[in-house]
Formats: sequence, structure tokens, C-alpha cells
Amino acid sequence: MATPASVHAHAPQGFIRKYIFSLDHKVIGIQYYFLALTAVFVGMFLSILMRIHMIWPTAALPLLGEIKPEQYLALMTMHGTIMVFFVLTTAPQGGFGNYMLPIQIGAPDMAFPVLNMLSFWTTFIAYMVILAAFFVVGGAPLHGWTGYPPLSAIQSAGPGEGLGADLWITSIAIFCVASLMGALNFITTTLDLRAKGMTMMRLPLTVWSWFITAILGLLAFGVLLSAGILLLMDRNLGTSFYVPTTMVNGVMTWHKGGSPLLWQHLFWFFGHPEVYIAILPGMGVASQILSTFSRKPIFGYRAMVYAMLSIGFFGFMVWGHHMFMSGMSPYSAFAFSLLTMCIGVPSAIKTFNWLGTMYKGRIRFSTPMLYAIGFVSLFVSGGLSGPFLAQPVLDIQLHDTAFVPAHFHLIMGVAAIFGIFAATYYWFPKMFGRMMNETWGRVHFFITLAGTYAIFMPMHYAGLAGQTRRYSQFTEVAYLQKLIPLNTFITYAAIITVAAQFIFVINLFWSMFKGPKASDNPWEATTLEWTTATPPPHDNFGGVTPVVNHGPYEYGVPGAAKDYVMQTDPATGTSH
Amino acid sequence: MGLALMVLIWLITLVSTYFFVAKTWWLPVGASAATGWIDHQFALTFVIMGVVFLAAQLSLGYIVWRYRESPSSPPVEYSHGNTRLEIVWTTLTTILFIGLNLMGSSVWASQRFDPPEAGAVQVEVTGMQFAWYFRYPGPDGQYGKTSFKLMDPSAGGEAAVGLSNTDPAAKDDVVTGTMYLPVNRDVDLSLRAVDVIHSFFVPQLRFKQDAVPGLNIHMHFKPTAIGEYEIACAELCGLGHYKMHGMVHVVSQEDFDKWLAAREAEKQ
Repeated sequence: MATPASVHAHAPQGFIRKYIFSLDHKVIGIQYYFLALTAVFVGMFLSILMRIHMIWPTAALPLLGEIKPEQYLALMTMHGTIMVFFVLTTAPQGGFGNYMLPIQIGAPDMAFPVLNMLSFWTTFIAYMVILAAFFVVGGAPLHGWTGYPPLSAIQSAGPGEGLGADLWITSIAIFCVASLMGALNFITTTLDLRAKGMTMMRLPLTVWSWFITAILGLLAFGVLLSAGILLLMDRNLGTSFYVPTTMVNGVMTWHKGGSPLLWQHLFWFFGHPEVYIAILPGMGVASQILSTFSRKPIFGYRAMVYAMLSIGFFGFMVWGHHMFMSGMSPYSAFAFSLLTMCIGVPSAIKTFNWLGTMYKGRIRFSTPMLYAIGFVSLFVSGGLSGPFLAQPVLDIQLHDTAFVPAHFHLIMGVAAIFGIFAATYYWFPKMFGRMMNETWGRVHFFITLAGTYAIFMPMHYAGLAGQTRRYSQFTEVAYLQKLIPLNTFITYAAIITVAAQFIFVINLFWSMFKGPKASDNPWEATTLEWTTATPPPHDNFGGVTPVVNHGPYEYGVPGAAKDYVMQTDPATGTSH
Repeated sequence: MGLALMVLIWLITLVSTYFFVAKTWWLPVGASAATGWIDHQFALTFVIMGVVFLAAQLSLGYIVWRYRESPSSPPVEYSHGNTRLEIVWTTLTTILFIGLNLMGSSVWASQRFDPPEAGAVQVEVTGMQFAWYFRYPGPDGQYGKTSFKLMDPSAGGEAAVGLSNTDPAAKDDVVTGTMYLPVNRDVDLSLRAVDVIHSFFVPQLRFKQDAVPGLNIHMHFKPTAIGEYEIACAELCGLGHYKMHGMVHVVSQEDFDKWLAAREAEKQ
């Protein structure tokens, strides 16, 4: 078993080496987390501006003035892109995965610490590049986070399709490079740096989820990177990969013979696995927390692992379900639809097993547990609209209506965010050495859960009624005007829910400095991060190499002294 | 805490379900031959998913309340799961999801793979930022040639789709900004786009299809009720996406013939 060379050295002392260009996976994890925290607030702010514009299209906002339809579309594009890449891909994997994966497998650091640092700072550059798109002439692009050409490929197709769109693609391409570096590191670390006794079937489910997510990232981001480079060439170098003969604003473009559907295939070949990249770590965290706070072993550990593996496997074969209405061969719809339905099976297995874990447990309602339970509820609600959209014949009515954002926000947006919240409340004591405030954590949870449903459940109704997506206002179509009251309700729910997130931020920063000191194992949990000091020393285990004797979720073991057996406790023969 | 959580989860579940069941907001009344099939498949999916939704959420709420920790809680059952149960629910969900899928497939197939009925009315739909144009081939049943060179979107009408002024087949082509269709007759639709992707969506006709530059997509459908139906563009096409709106007038065969004859007369 290899050990990274850098960790033999003492912890670096200078401020820059310690906190800025750090090689320590824990510092890098926290850097990723804070990057995502700023990004989620940018993304939320954009969504609130969108919701306000949809209801009051001519309202003059303080400082910003009136939002124009093209600005609405720019807000929408940037909201989607920032949330998907810089929040949902960054926080669960780059943040918690980076911090916890090496500790949970008993390693002193990631396999490639320098690559890890490079991966973070490359992500940081990508983040700066995308934010820059707001400030260039023409503003941010309006082609949506999916960036379908020809709209995204022709500079004259709309405001923001000039430099703004180039920055958008460049940012995504840089992000792909960063993610590829991260994925390699996660995979190598999991395979090579596990402590003695840490077999694959003793890995915490969180580690499994980060590991599988990394494999998905490795296979998906390379395709998006290539697709993005081709798009940049179509825009600037006279190629026509994605654009046939077209006339925009009465002017012929130079393009000839390209296929707009090629981009859709490449994009969704990345895009569908990407939704699992966002949600799998949440599944891992939910499993970990549900078991810990139910004081019961996870129900069906192996089934959980196989379910995640098959979700990852099928995730690469279903991209065409985004394209039923695109003009793609209608024959292929059968295959994509059937495979998409198949993904429902492992998802259902996971839900059964989470319920099975809590059943006959002794549930402790600490804030991490509340969020894990919320995760299960959202996963069920968001998941069950999937089989509607997976059927081409229902997609005729539902495709590109509000039903779709309702579905994916619940399942890959908010459920994943609940995973991040659960992870934050759960691991905060280990990361910062102090406890977060429980009362405010609960208040935050109840408002956020109710608010989330108040925002996204009505979007299903609007979608059923035919409300088309990506409309900046509903004034021009008679049947949409009737849906304005429903949308007004959604806007108010969104404003209240977003306001409640400040409770979280204040709790986070207040607790970082003023919270009560945390013990090494405040939740009485079993995995390796709870065996070491709080916060963990530079090499994670203070020169000791942990030896693992037990599975990750040994709670309620008959005959044990306590109601939990830690993974490093001496072997007894009674537990797994 | 367990009680509060159960109440919240149950409340969310029941309120959400109420609005689905009460159909406060629902699919608009359908007016095409596909309505029956689509709405039936929809209802079937809705009932199955609704039952699963209620069962999962209500038991989640119940479990968190019932098994909350208290001083009198019994010790937990030390169990790593139950393979037989895993096999049972894996098999059940597989049958359920795949069965649902197969049932819907026949509807999709009949709409797409059967040719339009004989005597279908031909209409070509062209999408451009931010308008729809509709072309009828006229008495000769042949669309005339179009070309980008002759295209002038700002002029509207025939010039907008670039209709040839030399091709004899183009002489009787009619181009309009509003779609007229005869009731109870199949429509043989060709969809094109000149600049970016648009999507021709008529909720009441249960019809949606992207119009893609470079492709000429053929579809058919049959309106079954006289009325006026709104077209809303369903694929993001630029800053005017929200106002890329059009109308379909479904009229009697007689009114349709009259309307078309009047357009032909205007042209001469």
C-alpha cells in the first residue's frame, strides 16, 4: 500500500502553504465547500430575480432596475450552470468527499495531493470565468444550461451569445479538466490507500458513493469537454459540427451541414450521469446518517452497494430520454425509455432499505437525521415523477413544461442540497471542532422542507396544465395567464425559503467560532473519522495507522458493551 | 420531534395529493384522436405512482414517529437486512415499471410508424425567431421549392419562408401566420426551422414536436373537435421565446375549403 510522499513531512507552517495552496485534503475539502457556499448563494439570488420577473415583469428593482426578457434568460442560464457545476458537483464530492474519504478509509491523505490542489484551483478559475460572463458586453448567455446549438453556436442569435457565451463554454471546459483530475484522485485513493482490514465490503456507503461518482465523472466529463471544444470551434473557427445551413435575423450564417442533435447526444451523454454525480453522494450520506441515528445497521448493505453500481451503470444508457421530442429516431425511444424505467428499480431498492433501516430503530432526531429523513422524502417525491417523463407518450405533453423542472429540482436539486445540509450538520463537529446550534438547525430544517415542497409541488400542476419552461413571463399566451396566481404562490414560497437559508449561514459561522466544543465522537458513530482527534491532525491519525476489524454500521450488536462497535474496535466474532 | 416531523410529512403528502386528485390544475381538455390513449396512459401512471407516493411518504412519517428513541424503547433488532425481501421488492418494481413502459409503447408506435391516413391534409410548419408560418401546397398537392436566398423574415408571409417565384409548384402554395385545419381529418405535418430549434406544442391537441434546422420532420395527428387552440413554443429559442405564440383554428371541412379558396383567390 503506497503512502503519498508529502505526508511524511510535518504540517506546513506558512499561511499560504497551509491555507491557500495547501496539499492537505482537509483544507482542500473546506476550500471546495466554501466555493460551493458562495456559488449556492449566487445561484439562489439569480433564481429569486427570475421568480420576481415572472410575476412582475415590469417591476423596477432596487439597483438592478427592470429585468428584460433576455436578462431573465441569462439569469436562468447562469442559475442552472452555477448550481449544477459549482454547487451540486462541487460540494458533495469536492467538499465532503475530499475531506472525509481519506479519513474514512484510514489514509493519511489523497493519493495525489498536488493533483488535488490543482484540481481545486482549476475549479476556482472556472468559477471566476463563469462569473465574468455577467460583466462583459452583451452580458451572460441566454441559451440555458443545456446550451443547445444553433442558439448557442451563433453569435447573432441573441444578446449574450457573443463573448458571454464563449466565457460560459470556456468555464465549463475548465471545470471538466478539474473534475477529471479529481475523479482520478478519488478512484486511486479508494483502490490503493485503504487501511488494513478495510475491505471493499467494509467501506462506509459514503465512500462507495464518492467512488462510484468519481467513476461517473471520469467517463462523463471527458465527453462534455470534447463537446465544448467543438462548440467553441463552431462559434469562432468556422467549423460546422452542430450547425446546418441557417439564417438568423435575415442573415445567412457561414455554417453548412452540421447536426444540432449531435450536441444533444454528446451533452446528455454527460448530462444524465451528471444528475447521478449530484445525487449519489447524497445517497451515501443519507445511508450513513439514517443508520447512525436509528442506532441500527444499514438495511441491506450489499443491496445498497449493488443498487448504486447499477444506477451508475444504467445512468450511461438513458441519455436519449431527454430527446424524445428532438427529432431523434422514434425507434430509439423504446430502448431509452425501457432502460430509464430500469433505473427506477435500484432507486426503489434504496428507498425500501432506508425505510427498513429506520424500522424498529431508536431514532434520534438530531439535525443531521432530520435532513436525512427529508432527503428520503424528497427522493421519493422527485423520483416518482420520473416514470411519467420516462414514457415517450407522456413526454409529448410534459416535455419542456414546468413538470420537468419540478421533477429535477426535487430529485437532483433539493434532495442533493438536503444531502449537503445533512453532511454539514453531521461532519461540522469533526471539521471545525465545535457543535452547530441544534435549535436553529431544526428551525432551518422545518422551514426548508415545507418551503421546498411549497415551491416545487405546484410546478407539477403548472406543467400538467401545459406551462412551458423558460418563459420569462406569462402574459402573451392566454392559457398561461390563468396560471399566474399559482406562479405568484411559488414566488412567495421561494422568497420565504431563500430567506430561511440565512439562518443556516449564521448558524454555520457563529458555531465555527462560538459553538460548544465537540468531543471526538459526538454522534456515537462507528466509522474511522470518529476515532481520531477533533479536528483531525495533519496526517489524520497522528502517526497511528488504523486497523479495521468491523463493518461500517455495527449498531445494537447483542452482547457489546455499548450500543455501537467502532470499525477499529478489537475483533469480537459477534459482529460483521 | 418525531410527532412534528410525522405531521409535516403527512400534511405535505395529503395536500399535494389533494390538488392532483381534485384536478385543480390539470391537462387541458383534449381535442385530438391521440387524447384518449395519452390521457389513459397518463391516468394509469398517475394512479400507480400516486399509490406508491402515498404509501412511501405515509409510512416514512409513521416510522419516524413510531420508532423515535425514548427511555422505554426496546433494543433495536440487530439485522443487516433480509435477502428474500430484497428479491421480492426488486422483482415487483421491475415488473411494475417495465409493464407500464410496454403499455405506453404501442401508443407511441401507432402515432409515429403508421403513415398518415389517405386524404390527409398537408401542412408545412416553419419556425423562426419568433413566429410560426404555415404552408399549404394548394390544389396540386405539391409544395413549391423554397430557398434561403429568397428568404426575408421581416417581410412575413411567402417571403418569410423563401418561396420560389419561378417553380410552377409554388404558384398555388398558400403561406399564413395562423393555422387552419379541418376537423376529423388527419394532418400530415412537415416541421422545419430556419434559425434555431423551436418546438411546436399545442397542449389541447396533445401534440409536441421540435422543429430543427437542417431536418424536415414528418408527423401526423388528427384534431377531433372544432375550436381555437393555442400554440406555445416549447424549446428555448431566444429572447422572444415567451411570445412565440400562434393559433390553430380547427373548423369544419366546409369552412376549411372556403378559407383555403379565399387564400388562393387573394394570391392570384
